[in-house]
Amino acid sequence: MDVIAAISTATGSGGIGIIRMSGKDCFEVLNKIFIPKNKDKANGYSIKYGNIYDEKNNIVDEVLVSYFYAPKSYTTENMCEINSHGGIVVERKILELCLNNGAALAEPGEFTKRAFLNGRIDLVQAESVIDLINSKSEKEAKASINQLEGKLSNNINMNKGKLLDIMADVEASIDYPEYDIEDVTNKKVLDALDDIEKSLRKISNSFKNGKVLREGIKTAIVGKPNAGKSSLLNTILNEDRAIVSETKGTTRDTIEEFVSIDGITLKLIDTAGIRDTNDEIEQIGVKKSKKLIDEAELVLAIFDGTKPLETDDIKILELIKNKNAIILLNKIDILDTILDQDVNIINAQKNVIKISAKNGDNIEELYNTISDMYQINDIDIDDGEILTNIRHKNQIDEAIKSIGNARDTIEKNMPVDIIEIYLKQILSDLGKITGDDITEDIINEIFSKFCLGK
Amino acid sequence: MSYYAGKYDVAVIGAGHAGCEAALAAARLGMKTLMFSISLEAVANMPCNPHIGGSSKGHLVREIDCLGGEMGKNIDKSYIQLKMLNTSKGPAVYSLRAQADRKKYQAEMKHTLEKQENLFIKQAEIVNITLENNRVKSIETNIGAIYDVDAIIVATGTYLKGKIFIGENSFESGPDGVFPSNRLSECLKNLGVNLVRFKTGTPARINKKSIDFSKMEIQEGEKDIEAFSLEDEIDTNKEQLPCYLTYTNSKTHEIIRKNLHRSPLYGGEIKGTGPRYCPSIEDKVVRFADKERHQVFIEPMGENTDEMYVQGMSSSLPEDVQIAMYRTLPGLENAEFTRPAYAIEYDCIDPSDLKLSLEYKKIENLFFAGQTNGTSGYEEAASQGLIAGINAVQKIKEKKPIILSRSQAYIGVLIDDIVTKGTNEPYRMMTSRAEYRLLLRQDNADLRLTEIGHEVGLISDERYNRFIEKKKNVEKEIERIKKLTIKPTEDVNKFLEKYNSSRISAGVKMSDLLKRTELNYKALSEIDKERPCLTKAETQEVEIQVKYEGYIKMQEEQVEKFRKLEDKYLSENINYDDIKGLRIEARQKLNKIKPQSIGQASRISGVSPADVSVLLIYLEQLKRK
Repeated sequence: MDVIAAISTATGSGGIGIIRMSGKDCFEVLNKIFIPKNKDKANGYSIKYGNIYDEKNNIVDEVLVSYFYAPKSYTTENMCEINSHGGIVVERKILELCLNNGAALAEPGEFTKRAFLNGRIDLVQAESVIDLINSKSEKEAKASINQLEGKLSNNINMNKGKLLDIMADVEASIDYPEYDIEDVTNKKVLDALDDIEKSLRKISNSFKNGKVLREGIKTAIVGKPNAGKSSLLNTILNEDRAIVSETKGTTRDTIEEFVSIDGITLKLIDTAGIRDTNDEIEQIGVKKSKKLIDEAELVLAIFDGTKPLETDDIKILELIKNKNAIILLNKIDILDTILDQDVNIINAQKNVIKISAKNGDNIEELYNTISDMYQINDIDIDDGEILTNIRHKNQIDEAIKSIGNARDTIEKNMPVDIIEIYLKQILSDLGKITGDDITEDIINEIFSKFCLGK
Repeated sequence: MSYYAGKYDVAVIGAGHAGCEAALAAARLGMKTLMFSISLEAVANMPCNPHIGGSSKGHLVREIDCLGGEMGKNIDKSYIQLKMLNTSKGPAVYSLRAQADRKKYQAEMKHTLEKQENLFIKQAEIVNITLENNRVKSIETNIGAIYDVDAIIVATGTYLKGKIFIGENSFESGPDGVFPSNRLSECLKNLGVNLVRFKTGTPARINKKSIDFSKMEIQEGEKDIEAFSLEDEIDTNKEQLPCYLTYTNSKTHEIIRKNLHRSPLYGGEIKGTGPRYCPSIEDKVVRFADKERHQVFIEPMGENTDEMYVQGMSSSLPEDVQIAMYRTLPGLENAEFTRPAYAIEYDCIDPSDLKLSLEYKKIENLFFAGQTNGTSGYEEAASQGLIAGINAVQKIKEKKPIILSRSQAYIGVLIDDIVTKGTNEPYRMMTSRAEYRLLLRQDNADLRLTEIGHEVGLISDERYNRFIEKKKNVEKEIERIKKLTIKPTEDVNKFLEKYNSSRISAGVKMSDLLKRTELNYKALSEIDKERPCLTKAETQEVEIQVKYEGYIKMQEEQVEKFRKLEDKYLSENINYDDIKGLRIEARQKLNKIKPQSIGQASRISGVSPADVSVLLIYLEQLKRK
């Protein structure tokens, strides 16, 4: 297969970025751009130190390269990983060099797809690995690993077990009508369904947190012109640890930036207008703010603390009334503001923090407040109920729907074989997550529970 | 010395339930057909339980009937008790069950075979099969007759190297004291057919005069009931014989536990794998140690015999232990054995070596059917016999085989299961094995299969026309009641109140009233004066189709989804080693099974969803090339 290359770390996070290549001829591509200190042939699972050179033989970066030989690699193909220290610009340059020397840009998830197509990983693993790749913070990485290790599977299997127990009773009474198998009462079925639903809902709800972990909290910075929006943005973005990535949309006013604060990812929306203060968009002020606030899950409303509130400020306060929002009173480097005593601010009933966006004074307090609001540290990832995969979530929601249907048929007094259709459906929904043969499951359960036959 | 005995189209080895259906189907489809049995006294024998039908098995019999098979008609002639089981559990699982007069069943079937044009029945043991270019050529009997044949159907039941165990005693034997078939087993091995060893068992038979029925519960049949075959009417005046129910107790269990060391099962002499659903009484006592009692049914073996079958007490313990433990049961204190319980071990093939047509993958025109395919049960055997018979003929006529899908028939589920997954114990049909149970009802077997039976040529034009008539009547009536608006008159509301059904205040469709659980088609005739005159079967069909419409539709949608993968065909010529990305286990399994479709591939154990995705990608690649 062709050589593919991509930056495989989230852009710009921390000091090291990895450019990864996979494909039979990936070392040929590598040799065109990398000159190691030690020129001996590299062994599998070994690392070489050296320099990346550009077309004009200028050194681009000092790097470490890991070598993986087929089939002992993630994709089971020849692979290498270039560890760069140069930050986003350098990483992109290296990737570009790979592409200019014979590699193709990897499609999203293509490494995993290859691993999958080459028989290296199964579907559940593949999806979890994809999540692992996409995870934008440590917490989610942990949640993904839990799924790989089967904590979710354990939980699902426990619920399947409860259901199988009931179904074996029902099925045995259908397939062996002459035997004195106790008829399963509707109440017994309903009780089991309630129990299972409760547990599934818990798992499903954890997806909300999972989503927060993975996709980031949509966050808008609003305020009238010169309140300090761009200073705040720059302060947040300029802290090394904070910048996670940057994605560009088709139009420049959909620029989004990711920042990681105490393990919570914030997705700062529409930062284009804030960056370029000369931009017309910035001048639109309140009107633009309304749209932003509507979209956002968290609003950082910034006010110039050196001046009394103006009409536009009060409008913004009204707009954030029903939102998760933090009020920032800016410019304490100039004046120790008393705006926090303003009746409009008090009535807004939001967290109020006095900051200096320019100097970064009290920025930590902002971070702590966000962290408290989302209580991310309270999510107990170790209990295995964090769901980060949308496919699993959908499957669990399907199962919950089927539980509702089963309950309906019971309430309508339908015969047991009709109820069984939905019980089977629940089992099948759950089985799709763990990948089991549900028919065999039922039959095994029947024979392990009952003593039937000639 | 051997001699040339002539040229025939099809030869069937074995005259059990599979053999009978296979031979009749082939002969009825115009093939010059031979049928061999070691003993013609053993034709269509029921060496174990004397009943036919029951949950899922009753469905199979209906399906056999609608495809033009014989089992349904034959039990209609020879039943001594009829019952509809599961009537409270929903329309999909209603199951007809009959106690059979075993001898009468045999005699009727034998006579049907004898009368059948094109069919030649021979008492002989088959000892050799020869091939030419890997295709069957001839068949040889133990007394030297050699017949040239175009196709062979092996339906040898438990006869292949049959060995019976009763305690410390064991001897080579087929069931019920008939000779086993030893040389054919060797011949098959030499042809490269893989054989495995399975085990089953049967309880003792007891003389009726030694039983005290007053200590047992009596179980009567039902008179006002339908026949198995849609071509038959039941004589509602016929006297039916009852069955009886008694129980084991702690004394029984104690005797068993004390003597376990004398059981060849627990002593290790029996190597074959037995079925979980037919455990011997010693198995039940060991595996369910905390159960205080087990049910035991006493069933008559026929009208002209006093032998009674003791369902629930199959055993391989020595006869003296058997007698002692049977006599602990209430009513059996003085039980006189006529035949002891025994375990039987036999050779059977690995059904995953078969195609879905039941032809052996590696040998052309060699078909297998019945218990020799690793299944269990008369109905399962007959189903396969019928399909093997039809497909042997299709093969000779160079036509496509008849393969029923899992969404079409229990027979489809049965064959797909054993061929796709193989089986590591004798396979029994169960309704739980069917994904689309609500569509595979016994009442609509004709709607599902008559068309196919007619096209194959086993359903007469007359029956087919009657079926079309029924279908039309049902459709017309459903349409009518869906259009018919019932006005909220006082009479109507009085009627509804009578059935504890809520009153209506605006016009309601008749079909919606029928959907109410507390109402049924018959009751609704009170407020439906212009109703056409329908048969009982038609009425039932209308009622079920309307009452469960939503659920039926839902299953039909599931079938649509299921078909998407079933309709992605995989060629027999694919070498799965060449497909990159399949795991090794999947490659091996796929090369062995050679599935017909991605759907079938997905049901092979050891083929993961990832492998299925790889196959999908592979097919996609082929398509793009």
